[in-house]
Amino acid sequence: ISGAVQGAGGDMQWCLSQAKGSLDDDVTEADIISTLEFNHTGELLATGDKGGRIVIFQQEIENKRQPQYRSEYNVYSTFQSHEPEFDYLKSLEIEEKINKIRWIPQKNAAHFLLSTNDKTIKLWKISERDKRPEGYNLKEEDGRYRDPSTVTSLRVPVFRPMDLMVEASPRKVFANAHTYHINSVSVNSDNETYLSADDLRINLWHLEITDRSFNIVDIKPANMEELTEVITAAEFHPHQCNTFVYSSSKGTIRMCDMRASALCDKHSKMFEEPEDPSNRSFFSEIISSISDVKFSHSGRYMMTRDYLSVKIWDLNMESKPVETYQVHEYLRSKLCSLYENDCIFDKFECCWNGNDSMVMTGSYNNFFRMFDRDHRWDVTLEASRENSKPFQVIKPRKVCAGGKRKKDEISVDSLDFNKKILHTAWHPQDSIIVVATTNNLYIFQDKMN
Amino acid sequence: RLANVPQSLLIEVEDKVISPEKAEEAKLKARYPNLGHKPGGSDLLRKRLQKGQKYFDSGDYNMAKAKIKNKQLPTAAPEKTEITGDHIPTPQDLPQRKPSLVASKLAG
Repeated sequence: ISGAVQGAGGDMQWCLSQAKGSLDDDVTEADIISTLEFNHTGELLATGDKGGRIVIFQQEIENKRQPQYRSEYNVYSTFQSHEPEFDYLKSLEIEEKINKIRWIPQKNAAHFLLSTNDKTIKLWKISERDKRPEGYNLKEEDGRYRDPSTVTSLRVPVFRPMDLMVEASPRKVFANAHTYHINSVSVNSDNETYLSADDLRINLWHLEITDRSFNIVDIKPANMEELTEVITAAEFHPHQCNTFVYSSSKGTIRMCDMRASALCDKHSKMFEEPEDPSNRSFFSEIISSISDVKFSHSGRYMMTRDYLSVKIWDLNMESKPVETYQVHEYLRSKLCSLYENDCIFDKFECCWNGNDSMVMTGSYNNFFRMFDRDHRWDVTLEASRENSKPFQVIKPRKVCAGGKRKKDEISVDSLDFNKKILHTAWHPQDSIIVVATTNNLYIFQDKMN
Repeated sequence: RLANVPQSLLIEVEDKVISPEKAEEAKLKARYPNLGHKPGGSDLLRKRLQKGQKYFDSGDYNMAKAKIKNKQLPTAAPEKTEITGDHIPTPQDLPQRKPSLVASKLAG
């Protein structure tokens, strides 16, 4: 088997490479991880939390030339992105929680990312400094100014190496464009514009311009009593800079073409799976709400996540998905209690692997699921320090839906619904995955990589 | 109430076994008979649009923040003899809002 080709899912052997975060059973609210994103090369991994902080990890690879190399993610930069604010008009608190981070494709030595809370998007520049000028004529090394009369000769300051310092600085603040809560940002393939979406509207921005934004979708009804659905996620097509999609709480995805008109209220395509009306229940609409939408790297497909399943859509077919994967179908008979404890509203995300052959999403009890599209194979794994020793292949998990529970299985009633994996990420090139539990980060690597 | 009869028998209608989802719906309606018929409609969505903790006013907000960040409230000026609610804040009383100095534990 060539080392360069990602093997079938069934061949993959995941080992826990690193686990990060507090071991405390008591979770500090600020530490709750709210977003996770690799940059385009996978060298950097950004996390955002409820406390408005961003931590960026950098991949360091040992022995890259060897077929079995190990890589490690270590802290590269950490900074406070957003602060809590107060909306004086509505007497509402604006949370500092980071909803999304999206990296801008790298153009020079510095790295740029967009981070957003409910109301404000910020462009951050992360740059390295590994040299500093020394030998000033008018300044001492400690910064104190020299008396000019004591200067008798001139020298040219030179740059000398220093310990690496990584600095994060806010370059742009895109504010006051969203009345409702921002759920998505997406950078366009033109590398000049990006979109931001809230519950009812989507705006288009230029990365350099903060005082102007174009509204491109507005689904707010004239009479709020007539509100039937909200926007849940939005994303630009990875290659076609005129195309974007947005998903709704009713389980539909609309694709829009910005060349058609300035206001894209009329979709060019609408993706919706028809529902059998006899199967409709109180829960139908709630569980059909799409919590995440992601284009494949190829741009030919898109994936949606609703409460119980992951669906793959061919962009040329609006009538139904081409693939549907059940994440935790056993929860269908628990919907009543999941509604009562609000878990039914949990927003799970999903992700593609680098060559679009596999997809991954989270579940409860710190379980996460992987589906191999080519080989019709799936697995349930667990992010847990107790059950995973470093370099040891982690065992698949199985949930027993009913009837007699086998030895290693866990019954549905024993699942911990407070242990949710909402955010997962797959390295764009390597067989490395990152899974976020409530406040910890787990990095797994395929032993065969 | 039929206590010991299995759920599947209780809800069988016209020889057709009701889906687990419909069984769950029946359970919910039994517990909350006043639940509206349009769950995805206005009320649910409007509750979603309004998420965020509401305060009475900005003074109320700043007091709540002060309580979290400091273990004790700033002491009132000596000449104040009347306390309304907890404390009427004056500009001197309000602590300076500092950026969060606590680093993320992921970076630890």
